Amino acid sequence: MRRRAMLAGAVSLAAVTIAGCGERPQTPAGGGADGRIRIGIVAKSLGNGFFEAVHKGANEAAAALNAEIIFTGPTTPTAEGQIETLNALIAQRVDAIAISANDPDAVVPTLQRAMQRGIKVISYDSAVAKEGRAVHLAPSSDVLIGQTVAQLAAELAPEGKGKVAVVSATPTSTNQNSWLAQMQQALPRYPGLQFAGVVYGDDVSDKSYRETVALVKQHPDLAVIVSLSSVGIVAAAKAIEDQGLTAKVKVTGLGLPSELIGYVRKGVVPKFAIWNPIDLGYAATQVAARLARGEKSENGQEISLERVGTVSFDDDGVGAMAKPFIYDQSNVEQFAAIF
Amino acid sequence: MHMIQNSAARRDLALGVIVVALLGAVTAAFPQFARPVNLAEILDDSAILILLALGQMIVILTRGIDLSIAANLALSGMLVALFNKNYPEAGVLPVLLIAIASGAFLGAINGLLVWRFKLPPIVVTLGTMSVYRGLIYLLSGGTWVNDNQMSPSFLDFVRHQVLGLTTLSWLAIAGIALAALLMRYTVTGRDLYAAGGNPAAASYTGIDPGRMQCLAYTVCGAIAGLCGYLWVARFAVAYTDIALGFELQVIAACLIGGVAIAGGVGTVAGVVLGCLFIGIIRNALPLIGVSPFWQMGINGLVIVIAAVLSARRREDKRAILETSPA
Repeated sequence: MRRRAMLAGAVSLAAVTIAGCGERPQTPAGGGADGRIRIGIVAKSLGNGFFEAVHKGANEAAAALNAEIIFTGPTTPTAEGQIETLNALIAQRVDAIAISANDPDAVVPTLQRAMQRGIKVISYDSAVAKEGRAVHLAPSSDVLIGQTVAQLAAELAPEGKGKVAVVSATPTSTNQNSWLAQMQQALPRYPGLQFAGVVYGDDVSDKSYRETVALVKQHPDLAVIVSLSSVGIVAAAKAIEDQGLTAKVKVTGLGLPSELIGYVRKGVVPKFAIWNPIDLGYAATQVAARLARGEKSENGQEISLERVGTVSFDDDGVGAMAKPFIYDQSNVEQFAAIF
Repeated sequence: MHMIQNSAARRDLALGVIVVALLGAVTAAFPQFARPVNLAEILDDSAILILLALGQMIVILTRGIDLSIAANLALSGMLVALFNKNYPEAGVLPVLLIAIASGAFLGAINGLLVWRFKLPPIVVTLGTMSVYRGLIYLLSGGTWVNDNQMSPSFLDFVRHQVLGLTTLSWLAIAGIALAALLMRYTVTGRDLYAAGGNPAAASYTGIDPGRMQCLAYTVCGAIAGLCGYLWVARFAVAYTDIALGFELQVIAACLIGGVAIAGGVGTVAGVVLGCLFIGIIRNALPLIGVSPFWQMGINGLVIVIAAVLSARRREDKRAILETSPA
């Protein structure tokens, strides 16, 4: 009996504590006395160039939004590390959290606790399961990626005309296949381009290289090779360079600036695409700030991302930031230092 | 004795005929295939596989197996890539020495564990395979070493052409010649066969089968280390997962080449033909436009057929010790 009473007391105490915490963010417009909102940006791990760039973009957006950025993350890319980081942010009573999750599910209970306390939670880059966040800001979408690489192929083919082939990863890769399907849907916009086929490099250097060599033998008039895998595009570029076809066959697709800078300089990969992490940090901060200021996120409604454009979130709360960013001779140097 | 040599020679001859027939069939479908330039490219493409398969053959002969061969390649490759990144002026010679030394060291770890602790080779190398891969991550911090971070001499060494063939191809040819001589005409070479063919009997003749296994692993490791540099230079990139799963292709080449997984039987010629077989298949199938799933199926089928053929010859194996070194 006595035990039960004590238990009841403990529960009510806990309830008071929770209610007390919950009260604070209900003050209008959130933030401290000066109306400044504080946004915790959580990286997958610290010391990673990609997230340093995200931080840079977040700071840029924060300056205009009268917000303060607390950039943090674990030292190693683990869910456990992120949970500790999140607990610290909750204790600091930030107004919003934007996280790139190391595990979509493991961080959910912690983020739910944050949301119970009135903190607005979004995920960016790497999604959190639906229950753990208000919205997810994806860097891009399958459709936008497909359209961008089709456009790159058209720009690189001489006078927009020629054969295009793809060096994919494994034939069963879900990502690759949906990007590829979207690319093929976008290709008819460029009537000069002729789709020559897909080969599979299985995301290993030697097979990607070999398949690329076979591709140019099979199609001596090939104009552009598209690869949407970071291993594939590097191997394809090396194969084209070794075959002495740099002037004739252009390689493009998705890759990282630090991995492709050599081939951009040599003209093997004149341009390629990947999301811009600075823009991603900027956009995530915009979304987080707007939610923290109490703006509603109606499904399907467009939210302004200022200089990056707009985003609308679907029924699952997922929205795509923008088309992948194009990198070429003019900017690859700057970004190669970042990621 | 003659029966054995005849049997192995017959088998190699049969495989040789199959390889030539395969080449003929592909050429019929795609005439460009048999052009010297293209054949040279296939040799270039198969060179690393040939070198690794020769190393793997020595291990399998002594009743071992090296599953860590590709991980060793990747770790040694990363090591020299990082060395070259930090000391681009050092040239290729130190790179070669570091690659071979690192590979031999990693191979010797396998060898000592198998020899001194009498652990099953498959268990030891399954373990070291993961350990070596993990070390690459620790060494590189998960980052890539890219082509623009490699010095021109580091990249060009494998591509340098002499008499129409690349250094890579010449290294494979030198490896084949060396292996053929050593395995046939040196006492150590014959001891390796004997240690695997019948370890108990070999012990009575003063050969330590464990020591032979350790030697085989060290040699195989040294080759894997060298191939680490060759791989990284050829594809101009080093990262944690390079050559992931490649050990299975190397073992497949040995099996197709007639190396008995139970040890004691196998020839250099057979292994080279096995590698060329795989080399032709994997260069021809994409050219003809065969679906990737068929490619996997065909590769697998060939291995199974080779295994069935090897099984039928198991009777021959017992006699190997009766043959004495020349």
